[in-house]
Order: sequence, then C-alpha cells, then structure tokens
Amino acid sequence: MAKTLIEDLELGKFVEEVSEAYPKKVAKKRMKSMVVNDPDSIPEIQANVRTIPGIITQRGCTYAGCKGVVLGPTRDIINITHGPIGCGFYSWLTRRNQTRADKPEMENFIPYSFSTDMHDSNIVFGGEEKLKQAIREAYELFKPKGIAIFSTCPVGLIGDDVHRVARHMKEELPGVNIFGFSCEGYRGVSQSAGHHIANNGLYKNLIGNNDNYVRKNKYAINVLGEYNIGGDAFVIEDLFEKIGVDIVATMSGNSTLEQFETAHTADFSLVMCHRSINYVAEMLETSFGIPWAKANFIGAEATAKTLRKVGQYFGDQELIDRIEAVIAEEMIPVKAAIEKAKAKTEGKTAMLFVGGSRAHHYQELFTELGMEILVAGYEFGHRDDYEGRRVIPSIKVDADSRNIEEITVYPDPTRFKPRKTEEELAQLKEAFDIEFNDYKGIMKDMKKGTLVVDDLSHHEMEKLIEKYKPDVFCAGIKEKYVVQKMGIPMKQLHNYDNGGPYAAFEGAINFYKDIEMIACSTIFKQMKAPWELEEVLEAEYVFN
Amino acid sequence: MLLRHTTAKEIDRKALTINPAKTCQPVGAMYAALGIHGCLPHSHGSQGCCSYHRSALSRHFREPIMAGTSSFSEGSSVFGGSANLVSAIDTMFTVYNPEVIAVHTTCLSETIGDDLVQIVSKANEDGLIPQGKQVIYCNTPSYVGTHITGYSNQVAAMVKFFSTATPKKRNVINLVAGWMEPSDMGEIKRLASVMEARTIMFPDMTGVLDTPLDGHYKMYPDGGTTIADLKLTGDSKFTLGFGPMSTEDACIKLENKCKVKFEMLDIPIGFKATDRFLMSLSRHANLPIPDSLSDERGRLIDLISDSAKYLYGKRVALWGDPDTLVPLTEFLVSLDMKPVYIVTGTPSKYFEERMPEILKDIPEAKFMNGELADMFRMHQWIKQEGVDLLIGNTYGKYIARDENTPFVRFGFPIADRPGHNYFAKVGYNGGANLVKQILDAFLDHIDRTCLEEKVEFQL
Repeated sequence: MAKTLIEDLELGKFVEEVSEAYPKKVAKKRMKSMVVNDPDSIPEIQANVRTIPGIITQRGCTYAGCKGVVLGPTRDIINITHGPIGCGFYSWLTRRNQTRADKPEMENFIPYSFSTDMHDSNIVFGGEEKLKQAIREAYELFKPKGIAIFSTCPVGLIGDDVHRVARHMKEELPGVNIFGFSCEGYRGVSQSAGHHIANNGLYKNLIGNNDNYVRKNKYAINVLGEYNIGGDAFVIEDLFEKIGVDIVATMSGNSTLEQFETAHTADFSLVMCHRSINYVAEMLETSFGIPWAKANFIGAEATAKTLRKVGQYFGDQELIDRIEAVIAEEMIPVKAAIEKAKAKTEGKTAMLFVGGSRAHHYQELFTELGMEILVAGYEFGHRDDYEGRRVIPSIKVDADSRNIEEITVYPDPTRFKPRKTEEELAQLKEAFDIEFNDYKGIMKDMKKGTLVVDDLSHHEMEKLIEKYKPDVFCAGIKEKYVVQKMGIPMKQLHNYDNGGPYAAFEGAINFYKDIEMIACSTIFKQMKAPWELEEVLEAEYVFN
Repeated sequence: MLLRHTTAKEIDRKALTINPAKTCQPVGAMYAALGIHGCLPHSHGSQGCCSYHRSALSRHFREPIMAGTSSFSEGSSVFGGSANLVSAIDTMFTVYNPEVIAVHTTCLSETIGDDLVQIVSKANEDGLIPQGKQVIYCNTPSYVGTHITGYSNQVAAMVKFFSTATPKKRNVINLVAGWMEPSDMGEIKRLASVMEARTIMFPDMTGVLDTPLDGHYKMYPDGGTTIADLKLTGDSKFTLGFGPMSTEDACIKLENKCKVKFEMLDIPIGFKATDRFLMSLSRHANLPIPDSLSDERGRLIDLISDSAKYLYGKRVALWGDPDTLVPLTEFLVSLDMKPVYIVTGTPSKYFEERMPEILKDIPEAKFMNGELADMFRMHQWIKQEGVDLLIGNTYGKYIARDENTPFVRFGFPIADRPGHNYFAKVGYNGGANLVKQILDAFLDHIDRTCLEEKVEFQL
C-alpha cells in the first residue's frame, strides 16, 4: 500500500462504491462532497451545506463554535451559558485550551462553568430575569472585567433577548463590559456559524476599545485563530519573544479582554485557523488598515516560512537576521528528530479529517516525516478553505448562511491607518510571494489523485479504513475508538491525545516523536490470541 | 491555584449555577439506549447535542459511541423537525441497519413541541421502517430534571415499547440497571448467576461499552439486552430495580403493564446494600445464598478491618447522582468514615429521605440536592472546613490539587483515568475495589507528604 502511487488507488471509484449504501437522494448529495483532487485545476467541492439527518456526522453546533472554540479559551471573561445545563456542562474544560495566569491575583476562569441552568418555568415565562440575576451573582462573587452571554437553542425560540439583557446589565454594573451572542445551536450548518457570530461579537464589543498598548519591541503583530491547544500558543509566544516582535493579541488562546481591546494597534495579523477567525482578520484590515496573511506554525518548514514572512513584511534587516539566526538554531534539533523518526515513518500513509484548517496544516508535518496523505477533509470548512478565497464571490449564499449576521465595517474615522500602501503590498507579493488577505486552500497543497471529503460520515470513514488501511488516521474523540477497534492507530488532532504542543519547532519535534511512537507501537500486533492464529487447532474444533 | 476565585464566603445564589454536579437529560437517554442490543440512539435536535453526548460518553468509556442526529436547521426549528426525523429514520435504517432506533428529544425539539408519536407513525406509514425493525422514543427535555431523568425515561420507554405479558409466566427475575458502569452491571449479573438465579438485565451495557480490541469494529457489539429478552420481561415473576431515580419509573410501568411486581433497591455499593440485594434476590427467586458469597462478604470485611485505622473518622466530600451517592454514603458511614459534604444537581426525594437517616450520627454533615447544589458550593464548604478525601467525577481533580486532598474517581464523567468500565464498584468484590482505591489514595498521600523520618515500610 505504502508504495502504491496515489493515482493507482482510483479513489474516484471509491466515491461511487461508498455511495451505493445510501438512499438515492443522499447518495447524490454526498457525492458532491467527495472530490478527487487536482492541484493544477482545482475542482469544485460541496461544503458548508446542511448535513443530511441520520448520516452520523462528526459536526457540532453554532454554540460549540462560538462559546466552545472562539470565546472559550479567554481567561478573564466570565462566559455564562444561557440555557439548560447541558451546553455549559459539555463545554467545560473539554477543549485543551491551556491558560496561564502568572500571578495569583490574575484572573483565570477557565476551570469554571457558568450557566443559568434554565428550567421549564424559564422556558414558559422567559429567562431574561434569571439571566440578569445570574450576571449580578457572577459580579458579586468574582468582580470580572467582562461577562459574555451565550445563547443555547431554546433561548432564541422563546424570544429571550440576550443583547437587551447585556445592555441593561451594563448600565447596572458600570465598568463591566457585558455582551451577548445569539449562537443558538440550530443556526448555520455546523460550528462554523458560531465562529462567524463570535467574530462579529468580538468586533462589535471588544476590538478597538483600548488604544493604550505599550510596545516592548518595535514591531507588533496579532496571531489570529490560535487556541493554545496543548500549549501551542505558548511556544509561538516564546518564538516571537526570541525574535523580538510583540504579539498584541492571540485570538484566543490564553487571551485576555485587554488583548482583544488592543488588537487594532498591531502592524500585521497572522491567521492560523482561517475558518474560525478570517472575519476578524478582514475587519481589522478594513477598519484599521492591518493587513493579514495566512500563517502556519504546524511543521518546522512551515514555521520557518511564516517567520520569514514576518521579516519580509517589516523589511528590517536586523529583524531578518534575528529570524534567520533563530531558524538556524532551531533547525538543528529538528533535523535530528526528523531523521530519527523518518526511519520508522517514511512511506507510511495517513488520512486527516479535522476542523477548518487543521487537516491542511498537519499535512506539513506528515510530509516532513515522509508520509503520504491519501484522503483529507474538513468537518466544517467552506469552499474557500478547500479551493481558496478566490471562489468566495461565486459561493451561493443559501438560507443557512443568510441568517448569520454579516456585518459591514468601514474604515475607522480616526484610527484607520494602512500599515502598508497598496504599492508596498504589491512589491512584497512580487518579491516574496506573500499573499495578503488571501488563503489558497487545502486542495492546492494536496497531490493529484488524492481524495478530498467534506463532512465525512461514519459510513464513509469505515469504508475508507477498511479499503485503504492507512497507517494512521487523524480525527477527533468521536472517531477515536471506532478507528482503533479496526486495528488502525488513531491520532486525535483536536486534543492531540493529550500530547503537544505541536506548534513551531519545539512542537514539530514533539509531533515527530508521537508519530514515531505510533509507527513503532506493538500492541496492535497482539489483537489475535495465539490459539486464534493456529490453524491446526481450528481444524480440531471443526472435527468436534 | 486552579480554582483561584473560589472563596469560603457563600452568597445567597438564586440563578447562577457554577461547576454543575449534573448534566442534561438526553445524554442519559443515549447511554441507556446503548444497553439494547442492536440499537442506534438518535438525538432529535441540533447536531451539537448529539456531538456533545457522543464525545462525553466516548471520553468516559473510551469506546465507540454511535448515534444519529436530526441535524436541525433554523428552518426546522421554526417549522418543526418532522421532515428531519423522517429522513433520518430512512437514512439510518438504509445505511446502518440497526435492529431498533431509540429516538430521544432535546430542549430544541421540546420547545417547538415536535410530536414524536405522530412523526414516527408517519415514517411507518411511509414504509421507512423495515419489517421486523422498530423505532422507539422518549421525551427528554433538557430543561426538566437531569441526565438521570433522561436515563430513567429511556429505560421506561423500553418497558413501554417491548415488555409484553403472555399467559406463560417464567421463573425469571428482571434486573433493571440504574446508571452505573458496565463493570457494575456485570458484577450484579455474576452475583445472580452464582445464586443460580435466572435473570434478564436491562439495560445492559456489558459487551457494549467494554468491548475487546480484535481488529474488527462492530457497530452493534455482541452485548446489550436483546429485543426478545426485553419482550420477555413482561412474563418474569418479579423485578428488582437498582436505584429509584433511574429505574423506578420503568418498574412501575412494568407492573402496570404486565403485572410484574417489583422491589426498589439501592445500587449495591458497600456490603449493606449488597446484603439487601442478595437477600431480596434470595427471597424473590426462592434460592439460597451460597457459602461462596458469604466468603466474598467476609473477605471484604477482612480487608476493611485490616485497615480500619486509616478510615476511621476521615472527612469525605462527595458529588454525583442520588442513586450512587445514597449507597456510597451509607458504605462510607459503615467504614466509620464521615461523609460531611454531599451534593447532587439531580433533585431527588430519595436523596432527601435517605440522607438524614444515613447521616444521623454525623451532625456536621451538609447535603444538598437539585438546583444550585453544585461543585462550587461544595468547594466553598471545603474552604470553610477541609476534608480528608474527595470522591466524585474528574471535575474534582481541580479541587483535589488546590486543596492537596486525596481523590478517588467515581461517577460520570471520568475522563482522565481508564478502567472504571472494567473494574466494578458494586457487590462485595466491588466494595473491596473501592476500599482499596480509597486506601491507595490515603496511603500514597501519606507516603509522599509525610516527614522523611516518618516514612514507614509497613502501613
């Protein structure tokens, strides 16, 4: 399998085979979300459309994208879930967003879950009064700087207006920034709608509120769409400390209210998870004149490339020299680690199904290990995450996208200051091939003949593994134990199986080691008992 | 400090739940449905509910958790989710071929008032339910009760849809399993089989959520109560229900429907509750309790007596579900320990009635159930006066670390240690397992924290 050319696998045939099990209408729809790739002539893929009921999807909901992903990792805002107890419970410490509040007096609400725990009487008579009271109690107990309210499904249906409550309570508790999100689970088709709603809320309620960022260094950037899973943001912070560039805001791993409020003072935004944060990146560009570029700190080469981008952007030779020195220094242990791991991983195959960017980013690491990606896809990506932002104008806006508020922003009357002129940006693009305010998508970087699948169903996953038996399958907790029962090692790329950090050079080394461990793990060779392997014994049983 | 904002000073909270000791109904319904052989649970609501429940159960059991979702959109939330459920039923039977689909609702479908009776009968009329297959359902609004209520509703639905009384009574005892681990269900079945009792357990997660790794994934594992057995429960001669919060409703429905009388038992945690279980089974199955079980009991008593000095008078804080907290508290008291703080988010008359009697000799004990009986409050009590031991789900580890207190994992979810689905905590052997875990926690703590000259070879 490992040495077979990808094109010989005829993954296109698989699409037809796997769809045979579906009812006709379902098959027709699913086949549009499974596309054989050609990086030179990128085909259209169906994405960000409703999941067919009963299909067994791995997707979550809008609340999960808004509260769970984007706002969850912030440590000094009290996030109150307005709804019955479940949603607040399930989003309590279940993502590995590490937080570090260095001093005892600093806020860190991450280990807490706050909920209005709505009961039937609140559903019948409305829950706004209970929500107000909950905010009062949160304030009395914790005196936070900010309180965010997250709506769950019933809230929108019964007509509770969380924004009205937020305004009311802001008046009652002056000095506390209180704001709400209409992130009911049924909006949109996946978590992705929640990202958008969260981005809008960040822009409306936090970004730009504080002009007083004090720089430690000459240059300052934002790292957007980095949630500090397993400490990824910490190693990125260390890296920028070394090269002497400020990170004004990380959105939103280990972030604080102040970071959001001052993000508009940065010179440049790096975008990690395009799907979950591209709206904020765009708004910072339009309102304040901060260009953004797609970045990737997953993979050593990718990290080096991203750092060089920063150097080229600022065009400061001293900075460029520092960056090159850091890369040269960091690459020494990286190369040794790659060589060690590669002996075990070269030629092996992988499949990746995560997120709206991770399935793309992690291909870098597998490639560094000499592994082949056969199939990949996102859980909640849009067509632009697959095909590149160039397709955005041609994406048909359907009813599910239309009900997500699209906010139009304008240049800030006093604070809009283009960090680079059009000409400078054009020169940078020309000289260094930096794509500003753009993302080329996953398909450009995948080989011809590989398969790209959006919103992979359980059925499709089972068949893919049965037929192609990858050496490692990457997805999340819901897939984890299914894959392993089939005797295939499974690597979680949402929570890293409690590994990590995987970002930057240090993280890359951790990842090589973990994949080497998977390649060398012997337990899957023990799935059969010795007597099950002995045919002689079987014959005796038949005799009986 | 992890929970650095928690202080001893309580305020009169009315609306804000902090660090809940409960979750919502549907996850209980999903868990219970997995105890039917060949069953695919289905969540009638937004995708997130199903995703959260599958994730929570996967993290806890480290096993595949399969379930469908109606994937509500804004449109279905306004106009009703009937079309979604009908199409889901078709897709699931066609693609995944379960014996039975067990539908439960969510706060979303309940708020808009979807009528499952009507929707499922429409799917039936449309010919989408294959011959011999079945769709069962229960209502599990998240804004009523807790995960325990959802479990109870799903178990009651098993009776409603399957239990059938025929003229032919069978010498069989039904064992209705409350929310416990597959290991516990296995231990209860083992004890019954040692007594040579003929039983049907439902739901039964053994062989479903503790499956072997052999290279083959079975979407419907070998375990679980079969539909045939579920039907036969109506012909059994008696029913024992383990844990009133999670099984009493099913027991009552079975008595009403099939005239099978029942007795409500505590989940057999500790020797007293196990004694009552065995005596009850003996009485109703008309079978003697063999000496081998007296020996098992004796071994537990021996283990306790050998280490009694480490247990005596120790203050314990515990949180979880009423059905396990009541017998667990009783067990701790019988170990001469002092369960001083007990909270459950599940409102429970059973808890309110039993706790004062169990704790009558521990006047300092504080216990609370229902709304606002959360882990934050319990931690505040601990800040007021500390404890020697914590027993509860993984969320306790944050308190344990901050307060430097030994911690035994018990309940749901346990996301950071394996094995709870393999090693029982019920029965005498399970009691020994639990006492060993408590002693390990105490003694490891002593060994790590005492002065060097106080380190003892023998403890």
